[in-house]
Amino acid sequence: MADRDTIFALSSGQLPAAIAVIRLSGPEALVAARALTGKDLPLPRRAGLRRFVDPRTGELLDEALLLCFSGPNTETGEDMAEFQCHGSHAVVRGIESALSALPGLRLAGPGEFTRRAFLNGKMDLAGIEGLGDLIAAETALQRRAAMAMMGGALSRRIDDWTNRLRGIAAQIEARLDFSDEGDVADAGALSDVAAAAGAIALDMAAELERPTAERLRDGIRIAIGGPPNAGKSSLFNILVGRDAAIVSPHAGTTRDIIEASISLNGVPVVLSDSAGLRSGGDDVEKIGIGRAEALLANADIVLWLGSPDEQPQAEGRLIQIASKADLAASHESAGLAVSSLTGEGIDQLIAKICEAAAVLLPAPGDYALSRRQRDIMARAQIALADCTSLHDEILIAESVRQAMAALDEITGRATTESVLDELFRGFCIGK
Amino acid sequence: MIRETLFDVIVVGGGHAGTEAAAAAARRGARVALVTADPARIGEMSCNPSIGGLGKGHLVREVDALDGLMARAADRAAIHRRMLNASKGAAVRGPRVQADRIIYRRAIHSMIAEQPGLEVIAGEVAALTLGGGGAVDGLVLADGRQLGARTVVLTTGTFLGGVMFRGEERIAGGRIGEHAATKLAHQLRDLDLPMGRLKTGTPARLDGRTIDWARLDDQPSDIEEWTMSFLGLPESERLPQLRCAITRTNDLTHQIIRDNLDRSPLYSGDIEGRGPRYCPSIEDKVVRFGDRDGHQVFLEPEGLDTHLVYPNGLSSSLPTDVQEAFLRSMVGLEQVQVVVPGYAVEYDHIDPRALDRRLGLRAMPGLFLGGQINGTTGYEEAAAQGLVAGANAAAQALDLEPLVLDRAESYIGVLVDDLCLQGITEPYRMLTARAEFRLRLRADNAATRLTPLAVDLGLASEARSVWWREREERRIQLCGTFDLSISGADMRAAGADVRDDGVRRPLAEWARFPAVTVGHLATHAPELASAGSATLVDELLQDAVYAPYVERQEAEVRALRANEAIVLPADLDFASIGGLSSEMVERLTLARPETLGAAARIRGITPAALAALLVAARSARTA
Repeated sequence: MADRDTIFALSSGQLPAAIAVIRLSGPEALVAARALTGKDLPLPRRAGLRRFVDPRTGELLDEALLLCFSGPNTETGEDMAEFQCHGSHAVVRGIESALSALPGLRLAGPGEFTRRAFLNGKMDLAGIEGLGDLIAAETALQRRAAMAMMGGALSRRIDDWTNRLRGIAAQIEARLDFSDEGDVADAGALSDVAAAAGAIALDMAAELERPTAERLRDGIRIAIGGPPNAGKSSLFNILVGRDAAIVSPHAGTTRDIIEASISLNGVPVVLSDSAGLRSGGDDVEKIGIGRAEALLANADIVLWLGSPDEQPQAEGRLIQIASKADLAASHESAGLAVSSLTGEGIDQLIAKICEAAAVLLPAPGDYALSRRQRDIMARAQIALADCTSLHDEILIAESVRQAMAALDEITGRATTESVLDELFRGFCIGK
Repeated sequence: MIRETLFDVIVVGGGHAGTEAAAAAARRGARVALVTADPARIGEMSCNPSIGGLGKGHLVREVDALDGLMARAADRAAIHRRMLNASKGAAVRGPRVQADRIIYRRAIHSMIAEQPGLEVIAGEVAALTLGGGGAVDGLVLADGRQLGARTVVLTTGTFLGGVMFRGEERIAGGRIGEHAATKLAHQLRDLDLPMGRLKTGTPARLDGRTIDWARLDDQPSDIEEWTMSFLGLPESERLPQLRCAITRTNDLTHQIIRDNLDRSPLYSGDIEGRGPRYCPSIEDKVVRFGDRDGHQVFLEPEGLDTHLVYPNGLSSSLPTDVQEAFLRSMVGLEQVQVVVPGYAVEYDHIDPRALDRRLGLRAMPGLFLGGQINGTTGYEEAAAQGLVAGANAAAQALDLEPLVLDRAESYIGVLVDDLCLQGITEPYRMLTARAEFRLRLRADNAATRLTPLAVDLGLASEARSVWWREREERRIQLCGTFDLSISGADMRAAGADVRDDGVRRPLAEWARFPAVTVGHLATHAPELASAGSATLVDELLQDAVYAPYVERQEAEVRALRANEAIVLPADLDFASIGGLSSEMVERLTLARPETLGAAARIRGITPAALAALLVAARSARTA
């Protein structure tokens, strides 16, 4: 609980939705609001329409309402800001990612807004009772989650890493605190120790590649992309099964991103339709195109309706589609032939999507990492990956300490004493 | 009760904790008495003849930064110096000196004698006297004298219920030739404080004239002339530096020990106390690490005017004849004469969780404890606690600001925090591994970290304050120098093998390049080469090297301090807080954490438990 950090969280319900509310609380809340919106802040407690831009890239994230509240007369007793933005996954993810990158800001932990309100004397005794319940619920939930993983593959992996890291830490700590002992001086080279840490980093990287729990809960992100008038919206509509996107023969009709949460053969999917990628067009369309590029880059699966030579940079799988199969000219195009008009190729496309999705979703009965667990593990992974390039034992020790502390956050165990136990078991220390 | 005299602070014990406590209290302006059975033995180094080392050297520097005695005495008595981990990063370098016992004691004696407001009283303490509210108000000596005091600091070392073991021999007392303070021990036991029993040991002392030095490898003293104290040492006061030698145990040594284990009180079950894992007896080493073919033994001269040699690594409580036999099995020691055989000591300690962060005993207001009585081992750990206890005893007596250090600013803070919150299961020794913020807690920057605090608290003498002001001025100037911005081409011109990428960087950033030396930097900033500032420049260089890593820890430090700011009520009834397990309640009740941050560090306390504590603390305040 670093109470001087500024925290933020999505405080409205499940996405996608008409509106999403992101709340910020803490000393940097108003600074952060300003950093994303560029202009002067609206008067306190008055909504102002603002363009939200990622300060790192200048990319427009959304045009939305901003409300500011100055502490201490706020719900948490701190400065607060509230963004009421469009409720799509892409928008919320973009804003959260931009906020995370600001100094002093981090995603709020469970119940943290309440805790701050309480800390700053913003809750009465009845509220306190409520907080007690909240804590109890949180704990029960955590316990259940932990129980579910206990004896499971995840806890075995973490145990294995923790044991290996403890051994590495004992080696380094012995070298640091007992370098004058004969028994320690005879032990192996520093590069071996660093390499052992690097090996764990590789294991963790592989683990981080695994399907996430959020994909199961929120769905696989599928984006449809291609040049204007390639038939993206028609494909979107037939997959969704309703006329959600505006379809017209004019190029550049879909200027914003349209999302739908659907189930394809039982696989949860968030399908997004984007503006066609082309140069030129008006300003609003340019904004839409910028968003579309980001959407394609971050999607798990891209359905590409353009020419194979113009495939976009994408993190996920790309399925090349030859659209408008009903038009004779299309048959020469490469990729899976699909017609939204006749329904040709749609079943094959869905089968292909489900096949690609299978590797992205956790297998039934398997575990999946939550976003929190992934964040923590990524921290450990980065710290350990550093080790192989370090030559100063203290810095290696510090990296290993951070990695162990991170794993302890997942499992809730303490570190220093167990490292010392290991050290004294392994080395004959004492002159 | 009629009292002969009234003191602000009485310190009982004249060891490393007691002398630091008495001097610290007196520096803060208290009228202080140091009571000890034998004033001639004030400042005695009762075990190994060395001061400092890894982790411990940090403590000595911190004690010095707070104007304590140990580093200055060690410098005056140093007959061998080694900077441990010299090839490693500065954060874990540990200065260690071997000190001539007699000269060390003499140095401490003279500092105690010169300290205004400090009086030494010879006598054995029989009992503490209590006034209103159960607060301590003085003590009675064995000869009937009564001394009044606003506060008392006990630094009784191993004297509390001490018993010595050597083979079949049992002797009451903490050190050869002295009485154990058994009466005082009984009184403390009657107070029903949580107590435990620990053991420690010491090796035989050898006659150096009977050692065949020519057959042994030398370990020379450092050539570089660093000092323990930031104040330095005039050339004229430096002692000649002696060499140490190294020998090894061997199969025969181990066989002799194994054959006689049944005569060791450690293995016959007579010793119940737990010994330190990092300072095992040779019996322990042979039993626990049976696969090793030998263990190093350092032969350390005890002084310039003595033939005594301390065989570091051979602590033992085997009978005298066995000790002689195994010693003589080793190279160079074939003819060795034992002057005093080694022995083990078992003694009482108070569970340090009974203390608050000032090292005050919660159960008896006005009583402070420092040193081995709190379950620690080592001169340095004792000195650090003595200084804290003495400074706080004076604070309570004179209504001054207490001295409370946190884990992010000092090893002393780590030591006190670990003791008060975790308690101990073996004699506690400082290790750099215990300090999660060790990248910022270097031995070389202890003055920068702590001396300003000592000056603010009135814990620094005038001489130290003057030194500090002058040094701080130079430091600020030199810091400015490190801001000087120069290009890669300039660095190349200075002879550094770096790429000229056209970027201008401040000297502080160039200092992080492995190819850049202080010489290269000094080409562009000649003041960095000035001889008088060498240690200061070194310190600033290390600051620059570690700055990015220290920065990364900032969030952790902020979190620590935020939680430290949330105070838990002293009378909080942990058992009445819903949701805490009985194990948590027990640990919290024993340690009585003063802040939410402290509670968070107690083992087994979960985030949910912390939230429950927070709720309880707030509702207690608003109720």
